[in-house]
Formats: sequence, C-alpha cells, structure tokens
Amino acid sequence: MNTSQQDLKTVVVVGNGMVGYKFCEKLLAKTSAFNIVVFGEEPRHAYDRVHLSEYFNGKSADDLSMSHLGWYSENNIALHLGDTITEINRSEKVIHSLKGVLQPYDYLVLATGSSAFVPDIPGVEKDGVFVYRTIEDLDMIQNYARAARKGAVLGGGLLGLEAAKALIDLGLEETHVIEFAPRLMPRQIDSAGSAMLQAKLETLDLKVHMNKSTSSILGEGNIKGLQFADDTSLEVDMLVISAGIRPRDELAKLAGLETGTRGGIVVNQKMQTSDDSIFAIGECALYDGMIYGLVAPGYEMAEVVAAHLCAGERTFNGYDMSTKLKLIGVDVASFGDPFVTEPDSRSIVFEDSHKGVYKRINISNDGKYLLGGVLIGDADAYNILLQTVNNNILLPPNPEDLILGSRGGEASAGAGVVTLPDEALICSCEAVSKGDICGAVTDLNVTTVEGMKKCNKAGTGCGGCVPLVKDLIHETLKANGTYIKNIVCEHFDYSRQELFDLMKLNKIKTYDAALDHFGKGDGCELCKPTVASILASLWNDVIVKQHTIQDSNDRYLANIQKGGTYSVVPRIPGGEITPDKLIVIGQVAKKYNLYTKITGGQRIDLFGAHLSDLPDIWSELIDAGFESGHAYGKALRTVKSCVGSTWCRFGLHDSVSFAIEIEERYRGIRAPHKIKGGVSGCVRECAEAQSKDFGVIATEKGWNLYVAGNGGSKPQHGQLLATDIDKETCIKYLDRFLMFYINTADSLTRTATWLNKMEGGLSYLKNVVVNDSLGINAQLEAEMQGLVDSYHCEWKEAVENPDLRKQFAHFVNAPKEKDPHVAFDTMREQVKAKEW
Amino acid sequence: MEAVIDVAVEWVFVCKTDDIPQNGGGCVKVGDEQIALYNFSRRGEWYATQNLCPHKQQMVLSRGMIGSTGDTCEPKVACPFHKKTFSLLSGECLTGEEYQLKTYPVKVEGDKVYVGIE
Repeated sequence: MNTSQQDLKTVVVVGNGMVGYKFCEKLLAKTSAFNIVVFGEEPRHAYDRVHLSEYFNGKSADDLSMSHLGWYSENNIALHLGDTITEINRSEKVIHSLKGVLQPYDYLVLATGSSAFVPDIPGVEKDGVFVYRTIEDLDMIQNYARAARKGAVLGGGLLGLEAAKALIDLGLEETHVIEFAPRLMPRQIDSAGSAMLQAKLETLDLKVHMNKSTSSILGEGNIKGLQFADDTSLEVDMLVISAGIRPRDELAKLAGLETGTRGGIVVNQKMQTSDDSIFAIGECALYDGMIYGLVAPGYEMAEVVAAHLCAGERTFNGYDMSTKLKLIGVDVASFGDPFVTEPDSRSIVFEDSHKGVYKRINISNDGKYLLGGVLIGDADAYNILLQTVNNNILLPPNPEDLILGSRGGEASAGAGVVTLPDEALICSCEAVSKGDICGAVTDLNVTTVEGMKKCNKAGTGCGGCVPLVKDLIHETLKANGTYIKNIVCEHFDYSRQELFDLMKLNKIKTYDAALDHFGKGDGCELCKPTVASILASLWNDVIVKQHTIQDSNDRYLANIQKGGTYSVVPRIPGGEITPDKLIVIGQVAKKYNLYTKITGGQRIDLFGAHLSDLPDIWSELIDAGFESGHAYGKALRTVKSCVGSTWCRFGLHDSVSFAIEIEERYRGIRAPHKIKGGVSGCVRECAEAQSKDFGVIATEKGWNLYVAGNGGSKPQHGQLLATDIDKETCIKYLDRFLMFYINTADSLTRTATWLNKMEGGLSYLKNVVVNDSLGINAQLEAEMQGLVDSYHCEWKEAVENPDLRKQFAHFVNAPKEKDPHVAFDTMREQVKAKEW
Repeated sequence: MEAVIDVAVEWVFVCKTDDIPQNGGGCVKVGDEQIALYNFSRRGEWYATQNLCPHKQQMVLSRGMIGSTGDTCEPKVACPFHKKTFSLLSGECLTGEEYQLKTYPVKVEGDKVYVGIE
C-alpha cells in the first residue's frame, strides 16, 4: 500500500463493545485502507458481555477481554477509552467528546449498544438497587452482596436469569426472581416450557414469582424490600433490575438522525442511518422495526458495514433469533417459530417432569417441514433441529424421533449433518456455512476443530456449533476417502489397538524394542507412556524398571503436585480401614510433615512429600501392612462401597466384602486410562456406582452390573449390562469387559468415551461380553487371570531393590539433599503448596 | 556433540555416566545452580539445561521425558507438569510459547560427566 496516512479515509467507531470491536476486526481483515479511531465510554477494552456472569465464577476482567492488550496499537487503531461522545456535527463531519477531542470522520459507525431499562418504580434510587450491564455494575453488586443475605432480580428474561445465577454464585442465602409476565423468558419459550424451567430452577434453590407487578421499593436509604401491586411484599437486601434494554440512541437523536418511537436508530439494509455516511450496528440499531438483542446479528451487521466500506454488496435481511444457552445449569433453547400453534401447524410435545425435560416441535400441517420449537432440560438436538428449520429439510416419516431419539432398531432418526445443504449456516456467530467448512477440509487440508478455528473462525464465538463442526470434518474426511485413524504420535504410525496387538504377537518387552520394530525417531512424551501402559497391560512387569518412559506420576510412583513434591495414597480396599492402620497413616503424615485429605475414592491422600522421602515413607507404610494404591497410574484406582448389609438396615447384600474382593482382584492392572468402580448394597446407591467405570448394585435376587459410567468433566451414568446375576458371573463379565477395554481403547480414553464411540454401542458390547459374539471370552478371561496372578506391590519392589530406590533423589550428585526450591504455606494448621 | 564455544567455560565435574538413567534425565547441583542433565543414550548424546521450567517456575525438567520431533529429529524434553516441550539444542520452547531455557555444554571423559559453566 503506497498511500500515505494522510490520504486514508477515516472511520470513527463510537462504542467499544463486542460489536464495535468485531467491526474493527472485520474491517482490518478486509483492508488496511482506513484510519480507524475508536471511542469507548467504559474504562476498559471491549469485553465479552455474553459471558459476564462468569466474572463471579472466577474469570477476571482480562479473561473476558475480546483482545490482548496490544491489539489496538498493533493494528494502528487510535483508541480513546473512558471518553463519551457528546455531539455529532454532521455538516462538518466531526464529532466532539466529553474530554474535548474533536475528531473528523469520513464514515461514522455508531455501536453505542444499549443500557438497562429501569422501570419507573418509586424507590429505584435507593442504595442496593443495581442494573446488570457492565463490569463496573458487577463490581458494585459484588461489594454490596458481601453484607446482603437476600437478593432479588426484577425480570425473568434471559438476562434476568443470568443475573440470578450471579447472585447465587455470590453466595446469597436466598435469591428471588420477580417476573411481571405469567411466564419466564416470555420472548423465547412457551408456558409449558416456562413451567418446566421454573420447576427445575426451584430445585436449584431459586425462588420464582410470576405475575408480580412491583409497585414500590421499600426502605429508607437502603432497600429493605419490595411491595407488589397485589398487596404482598418481599423482604430483600438487594435488587438487580433486568427488565429489558433501551437502545443508546441519544447521540443520534441529538444529531437529528431518524430514530424509532420506542428507541433505536433507524437503519436500512446496509445499516445506513438517515445520513448515508453514518452507520449504526448492534443493539442501538433499529432494522425493520426490530432491535436485535443478541450478539450474532450484531456481528452480521458489523460484517455488512465492513463489506460496504470495501465496496461490497452484502445486506442485512433480518436475523434468526434462535438461541441455545445454559441457564443456571439448565439447557434452554428456542428456535425458528417457537409459538406457532393450530391451525397453522401441529405440535409434538414431550414432557418428563421427573427429569425436568420439556421438548416441543412445531411442524407444518402436511408434516413435511419443521417450523420451530422449544427445548428445556436437554438441548442436545438444538443444532440439528435449527438446521432442519433453516434449510427446509424434509422431515423423516416419524418426526417425533427428532426429540425422542430413535426407539427400537439401530438406525438413527434422519436429518444428520450429511443431509444439510452447502449454504446451511453452521457457525452463526462468525457466519460460516457448511460449504465453507467442508471446503476447508477438502481444499486446505484442515482436519481438526482447532485448525478450523484458525482457518475461518468457525466455533470461536459462543462455541455451540463445535460438535457440528467436528462431525462435518469427520464426515467430509470419510467422504473424501481419507482413512481416519488415531495414530499414537509422529513416531508410531499405528493406533493404540494396533500397537497393542503387534507388541503382543511379537512379545515386545521394552520400549526400545517397540520403537526399533514399529516406530521411527527417538520417541516422545506421547508414545512413551502409551507403550509403557501397553507393556504393563501385557506383561505386568515392575514399571519402574523402565522408569524414563513412564508418565510424570508413574515415573516416581506418586502424584506430582504444585511445587514439585508428591502425594502418597495407600490402598484402602473398599474404603475399609482398621483403627491401627489409621493411626499409622497419622504418624507417617506427622513425621514427614504431610497434608492429609480424604479422597473421593474413600482413601487418604498424603501431600507434600519430598522425592527423596518417598521410599522411607513407603517402607513405614508397607511395614504396617499397606500397599500401593496406584493413585498415580492409569490403572484401577478404587472400588467405592457403602456399608451394606453388615450394618445398614436397608442393605440387601454385603457390599463392602464384594467391593474389597473386586478391588483386590483388579488392583495394579494398567489400562488406557484410570478405572474406578463402586458397589452399593441396595438401590439407594450410596456408593454412587453408576458414575463409575463399573458399578455393581445389589438386588433382591443378586447384583445388577452397570458399565462405562463416568464422573469428571463429562458426567455420564453407567449402562446396565446385566441384571440379577450372582457374584461369580459378575466377576466373569467384569474380567471380559475390562480386558476388552484394555485391548481395544485408544490411549487416555475412559470407558465411557470408549463405549460412546463404539459402533453398535451397548448392544454390541453386551453381545461380546455376555453372548461371546466374537468368540474371544475364554481368551479375555485367561489374559485377565494372568494379570491377577502376576500382581505385585510395585512400591514394595522399589523400596527393597537398592537400584530402584536410588532413583528417588532430587540431586544425583547430592542424593541426601532436598530441593531447596520447595516451599510451603500454612492453612488451617496444615501445610499447603506455595502458589505458583 | 560439543559445539564451538566462544566463551571460555569452566568444566565442572558433576557425576558419573551411570548416575543418569539411559534416555532420561537427572538433576545435578553446581554451587547453588540446579542443572538438568540428559543422557540421550539412544543417540549417544548428552545435553544439559536449566532445571527450572519457565512456565510455572518449577524445578522439574530433569524429571521430564525426552524424545525428538520433526524431520530433523530435534531432541527435546517435556516438562512433567503441563508437557511444555523445549529443544535440548537451543532451549527454545517447541509448544508455541515464548519461553527460553538456558543450555549448557556437556563433555564426557571416560565415565565422568562435566558441564561447562560460563
């Protein structure tokens, strides 16, 4: 570009919110032919207002920032923060700021957003009454909430419920939501959906009041309560008003631009105001009589103006206001026309008040097309339903399958990603179509979601479309004939299962042999632990004999913690421990100055051990009859139990004894990922067995066996594999299930994910494990028995073997010295790691 | 593997060759300095870097797994905490962040290992 700075036309953006920021980003992506000047009223850089409530969840203002600190200067944007524009002089084409800046413009973009609408209720000026709009509002709410016990939110719309979530997170004892209308989220969901949402929210301790008109705010200087028109009142210490938004059009009005009677700057399809060098975008713009109070249409408006300034033809034609969000942990989605009723359409409604799920879809009278719907409690189907509406996709013969799932038969209900047309909008935040995504896979070789984000920003906004993007990448690769295989890493061109089989057949016993036979290069931190795990699953040798290929925790048979110390977990099978053993744990912890905590798996974790103390600690524990708990390994951890029939008046069988038997059977067995189990003595399920990789629950007639449950980041209940079986059968099925998992799963894949990915799912697994459809059960059982018979306590081996024991030193040239870098703080009379 | 060294270094004896595990690392103490020493026996090479992982300021690199990456088989170490990886040749962070490790020359004479200190 040869043009000098002076010759460039100047674009001035008023407003540094999400949409104003996005406009700058989009304009810069197209051209550098403009001087860009931005004015923001708030003191900080543009931040993510959509995720504002996460500010109370530990996110900082920086985390919410849309860009890094140097972004504006790097892109030569002049940024004026904390300065309000007071006047637009249209004839001179110059604007005036409160701080006295005179800024000429060639094009002016108003992205002034909106402010909270505060209804005219007597007493709104009292202390303790807030709006919920900016980080500054949040700071004030947070400060005030410290001394408050009861809070209320005025307004049961989307933002109001977000605000209520914020109050809950701030730890208020009571949080109320007051809504004037007879239902929650009146713009998005119907009455039945609202009722389900209300019931669900009330189980989460939120108190919801509908049909309430607030007549005044009580109290002297500070708010003390709310008075309602129906003569009732409510005592509260603070109030957050979230009764809607008001477009910020005062500057435009003053400049004589056309505005709507109920607010908003009138714009045409190019987002031009009544002055064609002035544009308005985002929540301040009024297009076709409507304010678009979501971020995605705001981004689309930004795109339209950026394109227009670069002589593009793009126009704004209204926007789909479908939305999906998680409100206080409850999925809520609304798409297409959620309210259309007979005689214009027919509705299919599914309601499960036990689980708190409500689904409604509206279909055309001829049953061919989906018009819209509402999802509460389970919105997994949202993306595909939205696509079905937007692309006029023909419905399958049984449209109810769309919300109920396919019942019976293996085929899934129609309308998969493959059937979408190329122009289907997948990422509405960044306007990326199916064609863009599939094209990036085919032409640019993009094969991962991360790569796609870099390539065309799909999935970088709200993130809701990421599962669809992933499916599309996968399906396109498949359609292009690319064989998709999860290879271990750059050194081994095999999947874990292939490598497992190769090492088994060729009796490979060391990592170096595996690399020489089947790999290339020198290995890395991905293949070394994978091969180490396979070696352990195949031959069950002492793992620290090859300690340099073990992952961080396995290398020193302990869990590395902040500061470089380790934690120690002795096995306490089934959570049962004698007083004498408890005393030993206490004595050891005291002697080595360890922090002690009860784990989720009914054991005791001892933190803060120096590397060089580990063998001494274990010598003492082993002398007292303890053995390794394998808390550091991708191995069986614990089998949790409830106390069962030995003490409990409801217990049907002895769950503790069975848990101990199972834990001792599978202890030390290494697998692609950690394995946890549980045994409950009755259907009350106190051991939470259904959230484990395997769970056993006592019945009148025997035991029910559940498999592939999961806690963690994606909780999932176990699936019922067999009912009313005896102990021997249960062990037999467990042997087969675990060994089948060890033989076939990818590295670091828990049983739940493994089963989720398995073609045919549970019915296939059942066929293998129960009906022996592959004819491998005798072999699986024999392999498992081999592992059980070769069990050893690896800590016993380590402390008794001088060569192995030598490995546990921080300095090889000063083995008795501890790392002077290790430091502790004190908390509640125990040590804790110094913060890093 | 000794590169041409411009600055005069003092060679400090730190340990015997069999003190450091094959294809792994160990930490040696030189004065108050902690140095991670790597015995890349698969390639017959020795490397040394600072023991401190610059990501979270932890003295742990000697406990990391070593390996190589790319067509040139660049030797590397992975921090046991968050698996940031660093080149053993240049000390550069290979996982896309702007961290830099200090590296040291190493020489082996017989069964004695020396690290060059500036």
